[in-house]
Amino acid sequence: MKALVAVKRVIDANVKAQVKSDATGVNLVNVKMSVNPFDEIAVEEATRLKEAGVLSEVVAVSCGVSQCQETLRTAMAIGADRAILVESSEELQPLAVAKLLKALVDKEKPDLVILGKQSIDDDNNQTGQMLAALLDAPQATFASKVEVAGGFAIVTREVDGGLETLKLRLPAVITTDLRLNEPRYVTLPNIMKAKKKPLETLKPADLGIDVAPRLKTLKVTEPAKRGAGVKVPDVATLVAKLKNEAKVI
Amino acid sequence: MTALVIAEHDHGSLKAATLNAVTAALACGGEVHVLVAGHNAAAAAQAASQVAGVAKVLHADAPQLAEQLAENVAAQVLALAGPYTHLLFPATAHGKNVAPRVAARLDVAQISEITKVIGPDTFERPIYAGNAIATVQSADAVRVLTVRGTGFDAAVASGGSAAIESVGAVADAGTSSFVGREVTRSDRPELTAARIVVSGGRALGCSEKFAEVLTPLADKLGAALGASRAAVDAGYAPNDLQVGQTGKIVAPDLYVAAGISGAIQHLAGMKDSKVIVAINKDPEAPIFSIADYGLEADLFDAVPQLAAAL
Repeated sequence: MKALVAVKRVIDANVKAQVKSDATGVNLVNVKMSVNPFDEIAVEEATRLKEAGVLSEVVAVSCGVSQCQETLRTAMAIGADRAILVESSEELQPLAVAKLLKALVDKEKPDLVILGKQSIDDDNNQTGQMLAALLDAPQATFASKVEVAGGFAIVTREVDGGLETLKLRLPAVITTDLRLNEPRYVTLPNIMKAKKKPLETLKPADLGIDVAPRLKTLKVTEPAKRGAGVKVPDVATLVAKLKNEAKVI
Repeated sequence: MTALVIAEHDHGSLKAATLNAVTAALACGGEVHVLVAGHNAAAAAQAASQVAGVAKVLHADAPQLAEQLAENVAAQVLALAGPYTHLLFPATAHGKNVAPRVAARLDVAQISEITKVIGPDTFERPIYAGNAIATVQSADAVRVLTVRGTGFDAAVASGGSAAIESVGAVADAGTSSFVGREVTRSDRPELTAARIVVSGGRALGCSEKFAEVLTPLADKLGAALGASRAAVDAGYAPNDLQVGQTGKIVAPDLYVAAGISGAIQHLAGMKDSKVIVAINKDPEAPIFSIADYGLEADLFDAVPQLAAAL
């Protein structure tokens, strides 16, 4: 059994995004970039399924600029066997990425596709569900537990108010939530090994996909600032302020 | 121009987030219809028909819609999507699960977590954990939107008298099935709809302390309980209490953050609260930079004192 895992190169989770002064976007020059944390969880999950003997091959895919090669090398250092970069310098919106992934699924015929539930830059939370729809495949989003056996995936999902478990017929699409696993620390020997693993590069045109953006970003601005209020010396003052000043209790 | 709001419901009643989505739909400028897709969901359809501003309710009822599987609900929406210019879903776990399937099948972009309607094709949405606000314009004929509840007031749940139209249910997709559900039982208000939220962080130390220290205060205030990701990851609180970029987005009248340092990912989930109280013994905790009232104190002393003083 084979899994395809999608990884996105995003601003590092510990960096605070700064809006550009011309309001065209967020400054990404000289900013630390990393693997989207949810995608790292996806690679880890696929790797664990391989180590458990459920999967025989894990293929990592990234869509984006040439620097996504680094992202894919990290995925291979965690455990992916090989990687495919669909290289484009265009802005790739979720629908375009879902179409690119669909084309790769048609080629690679994986039993499972695992993706992060959302990327921490655009916060869209769309690509996995879109891919599942384009494949007419079942989906389990926000997964916190995955078991694969007998041509099915049993997935526990984090939903509002608790957990829900679904049984999906393979091939299926799974998106990861935070508590699915804790990705391993990538070791130097594995980083060295990852450098020798195969990385294929394609263009959207090679897959016959039009990736032109459907949404136009008119401007990107800073959110309304919320200033610091006052420090109160004790609980009694706090209660008085909440009652008389803020009037919320 | 007509908008269809896909209701979130438990078959018997509407979930609060549906009302915020109705307000967003009205702001798009046309007539607003609501789809209730469920099983034995006549009561939910009835509730939807009473929401002020709703012109028509579509009610699809079938066993294969009982568990709200994404494959079936999306197919149901697609079967009815024809006349609509806007399809709106609450940006809840359920809405986020279904909406992109609909958008992809219509070959249109989805605009996630809108917080403002500028015009029928132009919307505001937060990106980068709310550190930036993007104004985006859609070039597609149909706009598929998920609506962040905190960005829109709830529509009034009564006073309307929309007609309820029964519509045929789609067949079961048959590729997925429901196995089970573990629901956290609670008498507290729903986190995303609560007027007051009491939230705890890693400083609570363990799940017993989390409950022991925060519950009395939440009881006194009639508040929902929330938690930081650190507290959830450490197992102090169940994961559906997580407030933040990748958890719940809340904007209550009063948000009490106890022992939460205030990582940007947490602030993304609560910074639109009307009044924020931070209780933390670290004077440098970033949470103080956005708190209206900051109390530098050990939460194990201050929280019980606060509960006692109310």
